[in-house]
Amino acid sequence: MDLTLNVWRQPNSASAGGFVTYEAKGISPDMSFLEMLDVVNEGLILRGEAPIAFDHDCREGICGTCGMVINGAPHGPRARTTACQLHMRSFRDGDTITIEPWRASAFPVIRDLVVDRRALDRIIQAGGYISVNTGSAPDGNAIPVPKENAERAMDAAACIGCGACVAACPNASAMLFTAAKISHLGLLPQGQAERSERALRMIAAMDAAGFGACTNHAECEAACPKGIRIETIARMNRDYMRAALRRRPPAASAGGTG
Amino acid sequence: MELRAGIPTGPIETKWSRHRFEMKLVNPANKRKYSVIVVGTGLAGASAAASMAELGYNVTTFCYQDSPRRAHSIAAQGGINAAKNYQNDGDSVWRLFYDTVKGGDFRAREANVHRLAELSVAIIDQCVAQGVPFAREYGGVLANRSFGGALVSRTFYARGQTGQQLLLGAYQALSRQIGLGKVRMFSRHEMLELIVIDGRARGIVARDMVTGEMQAHVADAVVLATGGYGNVFYLATYAKGCNTTAIWRAYRKGAAFGNPCYTQIHPTCIPVTGDHQSKLTLMSESLRNDGRIWVPQAKGDRRSADQIPEAERDYYLERMYPTYGNLAPRDIASRAAKKVCDEGRGVGETGLGVYLDFADAIRRLGKPAVEEKYGNLFEMYERITAEDPYKVPMRIYPASHYTMGGLWVDYNLMSTLPGLHVIGEANFSDHGANRLGASALMQGLADGYFIIPYTIGHYLAGNPLPRIDTDHPEARRAVDEACQRVRRLLEIRGKRTTTSFHRELGSIMWEGCGMGRNEAGLKKALARIPALREEFWKNVTVAGEGGELNQSIEHAGRVADFIELAELMCLDALERRESCGGHFREEFQTPDGEALRDDANFCHVAAWEHQGEGRPPKRHVEPLTFENVPLATRSYK
Repeated sequence: MDLTLNVWRQPNSASAGGFVTYEAKGISPDMSFLEMLDVVNEGLILRGEAPIAFDHDCREGICGTCGMVINGAPHGPRARTTACQLHMRSFRDGDTITIEPWRASAFPVIRDLVVDRRALDRIIQAGGYISVNTGSAPDGNAIPVPKENAERAMDAAACIGCGACVAACPNASAMLFTAAKISHLGLLPQGQAERSERALRMIAAMDAAGFGACTNHAECEAACPKGIRIETIARMNRDYMRAALRRRPPAASAGGTG
Repeated sequence: MELRAGIPTGPIETKWSRHRFEMKLVNPANKRKYSVIVVGTGLAGASAAASMAELGYNVTTFCYQDSPRRAHSIAAQGGINAAKNYQNDGDSVWRLFYDTVKGGDFRAREANVHRLAELSVAIIDQCVAQGVPFAREYGGVLANRSFGGALVSRTFYARGQTGQQLLLGAYQALSRQIGLGKVRMFSRHEMLELIVIDGRARGIVARDMVTGEMQAHVADAVVLATGGYGNVFYLATYAKGCNTTAIWRAYRKGAAFGNPCYTQIHPTCIPVTGDHQSKLTLMSESLRNDGRIWVPQAKGDRRSADQIPEAERDYYLERMYPTYGNLAPRDIASRAAKKVCDEGRGVGETGLGVYLDFADAIRRLGKPAVEEKYGNLFEMYERITAEDPYKVPMRIYPASHYTMGGLWVDYNLMSTLPGLHVIGEANFSDHGANRLGASALMQGLADGYFIIPYTIGHYLAGNPLPRIDTDHPEARRAVDEACQRVRRLLEIRGKRTTTSFHRELGSIMWEGCGMGRNEAGLKKALARIPALREEFWKNVTVAGEGGELNQSIEHAGRVADFIELAELMCLDALERRESCGGHFREEFQTPDGEALRDDANFCHVAAWEHQGEGRPPKRHVEPLTFENVPLATRSYK
C-alpha cells in the first residue's frame, strides 16, 4: 500500500507546530499503525532528519502509552482498539491519513505527537487508591465480594489511562478517566471507607489540572479503547453529590496525650 | 570478588522468620533521615517504593515511561501464584516451594524459593485490600485457575489482565505516597550510570528525556527494579522500551551478573508475519488450561485446520507428557514446538507455528464461558491476525519473554556492590533455569512489598554513611561519562540505523543463543558480536541533538549496551556445558530429547565479574545445595 501522511510536527512545547506531508510507500496491510510509522522514521533517520516522535511502549494495547488522533478519531477508526493494535488493513491503498497529538490544554505537547499526561497521575495521587499500608491486610477471603460487583469493578479498572477520552471530548474533560477509578474502588467493599473523600479530592484535582466538565456528549465512551462506560460518570456524580451534601466538620482529634 | 549469599542457618521453614528477627532495625523516628533511590516502577519497583515510603524513608523514584503506571508488568496476562489452598486440592507452601525448585530445574537457591512461597500468601491479601478486582466465584470468594508445571489450582487472576491490575494496585499505593510527599517521582527519566563512592552505590545519573539534561541523584542506597533483558533478541514480548542499560551499567561498575544465559522462550506467542515486525505478542499461558496444542501428523500438510481429521492430528504435548499434557512447563513446551516445526510439521505461511485449538473447550463449556475466561485475549489475537479464534485455531510460536538471569544478589537482595539492591526480574534470584507461569508477578511483589523494606533497613542501620551531595567528584565523573557517551553516539553520523543493528543482533542471538544452543553456534555468535559492536560504533546514525526529546538517541544507547550483554550471554551459555531449564545445550540431552543436567559439575550459579574494557570477564561460582528437594531428573511425563 502507498499512503500519504499529514503529520503534526512540533519541535518542543515552546515552538509553534504545523502539518508536514510524508509519503509512506510499500506498506504491508499486516503492519500495525506504529510499525508503519517506524518505516517512515527509518527513512527520515537515514536522510538525517528528525524522526516523528510518538509515545509507545508495550505495543499490545495495555500500557496506555501510545495515543494519537488519526483522521480525527483518537486511536483511529477501529472501535475499542489502541493505535498500536490498529493494523494497516483498516486503510486502503492511496489513502491520506492525518495524524495529530491529543489536543487538550491539560496535555501540553512535548514534541510532535508526544504530550504530557502527568495531570492524570495527579488525579490518582489525590485519592485514586485505598489507604492500606503494606502488611495490614486481612485474609483475601475475609470479605466476600459478590461476583457481579467484582466484574463491574473490573470493567471500570480496565482503564489504561491513555487519555483518549480527554482527546475525544469537546470540553477536554477527564471525567471518564476519573469516574473509572472512582467506580472501580467504590464498587468494592474495601473501597467504602474513603468513598466520599475520594470523590471530593479526585474531582478537585481534576478541576485544578484544567480539564473541562462533562456535558454528556459521550464521545469519550465511543473513543475509549477499553470500553469504559459513561455510566461510571453517573456513579461518580452520585458519589460526589452525596459527599458534598454530607460534608461534615472534621471529627475531633483521636490523639491522646499518651 | 567473593559471593556471599548470606543464607540463614537452621531449618528452611524458619530461615526467613529468624532472619527477620536478626536483622538490624532503624528507629521509626530515624527512618526519615535516610534516602533511597528506586529505579523502575513495575511491580517490584512501585511496591518497594510505596512500602519503604510508608515506613518513613525518603524515596526518589525514576521511570523512563511518561507515567509509573506503564511499566511492562502491566502486560502480564495470566495470573499470580499463591499457596492459599483455597481450592482444598492439596496445595501448601511446601508444594509451591517444591514445584518452583523443580520447575527451575534445580538451579535456584532453596532458601530464596521457600521464602517466596511463604510470602505468596500475604501478597494476595495485600492486593485484595488495595482493591485489586480478582476473579470471584458466585459466593464471593476468590477464584483460581491452573498454570504450567503444577497439578493444583493456585493461580489468582483478573481476567487476562492480572499484571495490569496488580500494577495499578502498586501504582496507586505509590501515588498515595507521592501525594503525601514521601516519594519524589521522576517520570521520563532514564538511568544511564551508577554513582559509586568509596565502594558503595550512592546514586545514579539520569537523563531527563524531555530536555536532555543529565542529572546526578544521590542517596543512601540504590534499588534497581528495571526488569529483564529479553529485548536482546529484538523480537520479544517485552515493551519496546525495556532495556538492560541500568543493570548493565551497574555490572560495569562492579555488580556481578548471575546466569546471563538463562532466558525464557515462552511457547505461546503470535508468530512472526514479516520483516516489518517490531515486537511479538504473548497469548497467555492460561489459554493452555482449555486450548489443545497440535500440528498435523504428516510433514508439509498444507490443508487448513478444519480439513484435517482428528486421526491425522498430533496433540504432541498430550502424547509426550500425558501427566501434565498441555500444561507442561514453558521450556519444555517451547522446545517441543520447535521440534515439530523443525520436522516440517509447522503450520501457517512460514511453517513456524503450531495450533492452539479451542474447539473442544467451546463444545464442552459453550462459547460464553470461554469468552468470559479469555475474551480479551481472543480479541487481541483477532486484532493482530484478522482471524477469529472462536472459529479457527490460534497459531502460536515461541518467543523471548523473560530472563531468569540478572544481577547476582544475596539473600537480602543486595548485589556484590554494597548498597546496590536489585529486585524483580532484574535480579537472578528465584527461578533457576526456568520460570513457571504466574511466578514473575509473585516474585516482583514479594521482593517489593515484603523483602526489601526489611533488608534495606538492615543495610542502612549497619552501615553509617557520610553525607554527600551531587557535587561529589565521583558523581560529577559519572555525569561526564554519561554525557560523553551521548555525544559520541551523536557524532558518528554513519549509514545504518540503530534498528538495523538491533535486528541483526537479535537474529545472531536467536540463532546462536536461543531455544537450542551448541558449542559451534555459540562460538560463531561470539565471533560475530564483537564485529557488530565495532561496526555499530563506526557506522550507526543517530538523528537530532542531545538536548531535546530524542527517541533516536535513547534507542542507540540501549542497543549499545545490548550488544555488550549479548557477548556475556553467549560466553555464559558456552561455559555451562550442560542443559538445564531454558538453557538447552544440544550436546547434552537424554535419548528422548530432554535436558540433561550435569549436577557433578554445574550445580551452581555462575556470576560474572567485569574486569575492565577489553579484558575477558571473570566467572565466579556460588554452589547450590539441595537439602529439602532432592536433586532429581525433572519429569512431566
